[in-house]
Amino acid sequence: MVQVRMEASILGANDLLARKNRGIFARQGTLVVNLMSSPGSGKTTVLERSIDYLHDRLRLGVIEGDLYTDQDARRIEKKGVPVKQINTEGACHLDAKMVGEAFESIGEKLDLLFIENVGNLVCPAEFDLGEDFKAVVMSTTEGNDKPSKYPLVFREARVVLLNKIDLLPFTDFSVEQFREDVAKINPHAPVFMVSGRTGEGFEAWIEWLLEEVRKKRAEA
Amino acid sequence: MHEFALIEGIIGIVRDSALQNNIRKVERIKLVVGKLSMALPESLQFAFEAFKAEEELFHHAVLEIEEKEIVCSCGQCNRSFAVEDSVSFICPWCASGSVEIIQGRELYIDCYEGEEC
Repeated sequence: MVQVRMEASILGANDLLARKNRGIFARQGTLVVNLMSSPGSGKTTVLERSIDYLHDRLRLGVIEGDLYTDQDARRIEKKGVPVKQINTEGACHLDAKMVGEAFESIGEKLDLLFIENVGNLVCPAEFDLGEDFKAVVMSTTEGNDKPSKYPLVFREARVVLLNKIDLLPFTDFSVEQFREDVAKINPHAPVFMVSGRTGEGFEAWIEWLLEEVRKKRAEA
Repeated sequence: MHEFALIEGIIGIVRDSALQNNIRKVERIKLVVGKLSMALPESLQFAFEAFKAEEELFHHAVLEIEEKEIVCSCGQCNRSFAVEDSVSFICPWCASGSVEIIQGRELYIDCYEGEEC
């Protein structure tokens, strides 16, 4: 019997490709945001609303990750923004290889690329795509326990969006508790309270995002 | 269930290495998995059982998983602390939020054992 020491990262192959993506994004000065959430939190609606604010000011692109269907990509297409749909066909997350290929197929120079990950708070958190940062969207109808149940995704996020604040009066959701829980896991992450449906709270989020785009351009 | 993707990666890494090292039968693979990682040991085991049946090299292999607790180091007071059930990354000594996770994010193959050709 022989023993072979490995100390090899299981995600090593993905991390290598993520680094390659990061290099490509950096050379083009493209800010890349990896949007993550549970299914049904309103990621696509938040994205559509954000596009409305930004498409006159920036060259935008979107990579849509879903298990099946191109419904989300078609919603984004209507906004006149270049979009590439990835169907993972059963896989619960996007990986760096899929994103690299999708970005290449968009083939345009972009200021800001949104990657809408597969709706899932667990698996996508492990896979670096080469993004500048992760943004977590959570909605008031999901209940207060999400941050403490899925700490990794909240810890890894640069920014947190609380969506569906228009529904607050109809839920038992405690914003105060939510802010406390997020602050324990990720004290440096700004929290934006928004409603994708009504547009409430978007100015602050968009302003923050524009500042990130400016910073990225300055680095390029 | 990204555990299937992870096991597929592990099988690939060990297979390549076994070929290089003239190993014809893998007996044991040892993983180190941090508690903050989103990979569940039971799901990894389940996925491993499914994959090992497919390939002779792994037919007799056992997957051993060492879990690591979440440990942070405070950037303010330099003390370290464990993060347990109530997930909080605030330093219990000085209440600073500038902490670094020094253990708990592991996801790697420590070693494997097998029979040579």
